[in-house]
Amino acid sequence: MGKPASTMSKKAGAFMNWVDERLPVTKFYNDHLAKYYAPKNFNFWYYMGSLALMILVMQILTGIFLTMHYKPSAELAFASVEYIMRDVEWGWLIRYMHSTGASFFFIVVYLHMFRALLYGSHRKPRELLWILGMLIYLTLMAEAFMGYVLPWGQMSYWGAQVIINLFGAIPAIGEPLTEWIRGDYFISDATLNRFFALHVIALPLALLALVVLHLAALHETGSNNPDGIEIKKNKDADGIPLDGIPFHPYYTVKDIFGVSMFLLIFAFIIFFWPEAGGLFLEHDNFVPANPLVTPEHIKPVWYFTPFYAILKAVPDKLMGVMLMGVSVMILFFVPWLDRSPVKSIRYRPLRFKLMLALFAFAFVRLGMLGMAEGTPSQTIEMRIWTFVYFAFFILLYFLSPKERTKPVPDRVTH
Amino acid sequence: MPTDGVNNGRRRFLIATTSVVGATGVGFAAVPFLESWKPSAKAQAVGAPVQVNLENLEPGQMLKVQWRGQTIGILRRTEQTLGLLPELDDRIRDPESQDSEQPSFAQNESRALRPEYLVVNMHCTHLGCVPTVVPQVGPEPFDDDWKGGFFCPCHKSKFDMAGRVYKGVPAPTNLRIPPYSFIDDQTLLIGVNPEGVA
Repeated sequence: MGKPASTMSKKAGAFMNWVDERLPVTKFYNDHLAKYYAPKNFNFWYYMGSLALMILVMQILTGIFLTMHYKPSAELAFASVEYIMRDVEWGWLIRYMHSTGASFFFIVVYLHMFRALLYGSHRKPRELLWILGMLIYLTLMAEAFMGYVLPWGQMSYWGAQVIINLFGAIPAIGEPLTEWIRGDYFISDATLNRFFALHVIALPLALLALVVLHLAALHETGSNNPDGIEIKKNKDADGIPLDGIPFHPYYTVKDIFGVSMFLLIFAFIIFFWPEAGGLFLEHDNFVPANPLVTPEHIKPVWYFTPFYAILKAVPDKLMGVMLMGVSVMILFFVPWLDRSPVKSIRYRPLRFKLMLALFAFAFVRLGMLGMAEGTPSQTIEMRIWTFVYFAFFILLYFLSPKERTKPVPDRVTH
Repeated sequence: MPTDGVNNGRRRFLIATTSVVGATGVGFAAVPFLESWKPSAKAQAVGAPVQVNLENLEPGQMLKVQWRGQTIGILRRTEQTLGLLPELDDRIRDPESQDSEQPSFAQNESRALRPEYLVVNMHCTHLGCVPTVVPQVGPEPFDDDWKGGFFCPCHKSKFDMAGRVYKGVPAPTNLRIPPYSFIDDQTLLIGVNPEGVA
């Protein structure tokens, strides 16, 4: 026989008091979950943040287990990955979760970033939130690149060769810099070993720290929403936003649904299509690295190809590398390039909608061209879409202040 | 906290000096970690010169060897091949090899110590892929008026039979010529210049 419920809960309450006096667990739970008010009109796009967080956790967990079997040496790396795939119990699953997870991380992050462009989530007062997000994106790119080198297949090797040589384009210090990054006169065991260290320790730590800061900045300003209006402007007598609902249970439940749907698709890919026809795991990477033979057609994994296309579109090494760098860096400035009187696309004119659609199309098209063979006609097309890519930002700066916008409601709509 | 009697000037000075001393210390402490990324003594030792026997290399043939992890190509050129080089000068970005990397003895039309043998670092000066040799003269998918040379499959850079880069391709300079010398008529030494050459 148990004690009456009231006594039980009294004891539990006393225990929580004891803890709270020493560690602010309840305060943290309330500040960030139970009494953290998020706009009630979140839609599909708002799944991406929680999904990205879940994938990060999954990558770390699967990564820890892969590290237990992987050998970071030029001689053993390729064979150890094959060992994981064939001989380690369930090793194939853990490896495919990790490799597919990397691609899905980028899918989710790109959608997350596009959401910000749609609803003006980078606009004042969320500029730092956006910049922290961009830093996460950059770190993620480095993390993904170094992870791709670890299996030490042909594409690992030659991809690393091409990417590291990008730094060689920098005048004067380029050559010594590439040598310093490689730790040798060519891509070698030393390179692989340090990339392993960065991939499993340094960059994941940086990612986690940046994610904490990203969330801290988010919870300071509160989420934007599809209407692009500040819910904190309309509060009830208790100071709770009228259009806000507590994150827990409302959005935890919504996000669990999102996670379920995501895992359904994710599991399907892992079980039936883990290489995604060469998109997620390139065919050439199933051949061990060979410094004497360059593959016919070197290309990065799909999530880098839009920028790679911009590199290829320029017939000059330094200019190409610079333009590619600018194409990523320009995103940092979007909060200041977009000067529209309203945030959300819902209240912006057709002109902006077309511009954004064209920009998104240019990005996807560049991605496709970046992995193509590179015929002369494709080169011309790459130049056109590169132009469109940059034109978006320039036009945004000059056209956005004069936009004829629709009236923005005071309260969120459905 | 009582703030009267605080000497703000001294406090700022102490904060500034402590910060400077601390930052200097961090700077010095970072040096060993940054230097540890340089090629190790072992990696440097492996970069020793390589000897190549040329006895069996027929005219028109190409031999590839490894030196410091780089692929070095040794191409035995015919008189005919060498004769075509001057014709290409106006399609070449740096015909005199003024902006390119080579030992001083190779800054000439054939870019070689002995015109017959082209000794060239095969890594494209764009992003380091290894171009393929396409020695035949005639139309190719990538060039209607091809005079023979090297073609990089990665980013479509083109070089002639002396490793000189064409105009309008991503590679900025001619293929690099490594230091080398001949021990005797049939033996090549890659990694060491002839005596007296920088």
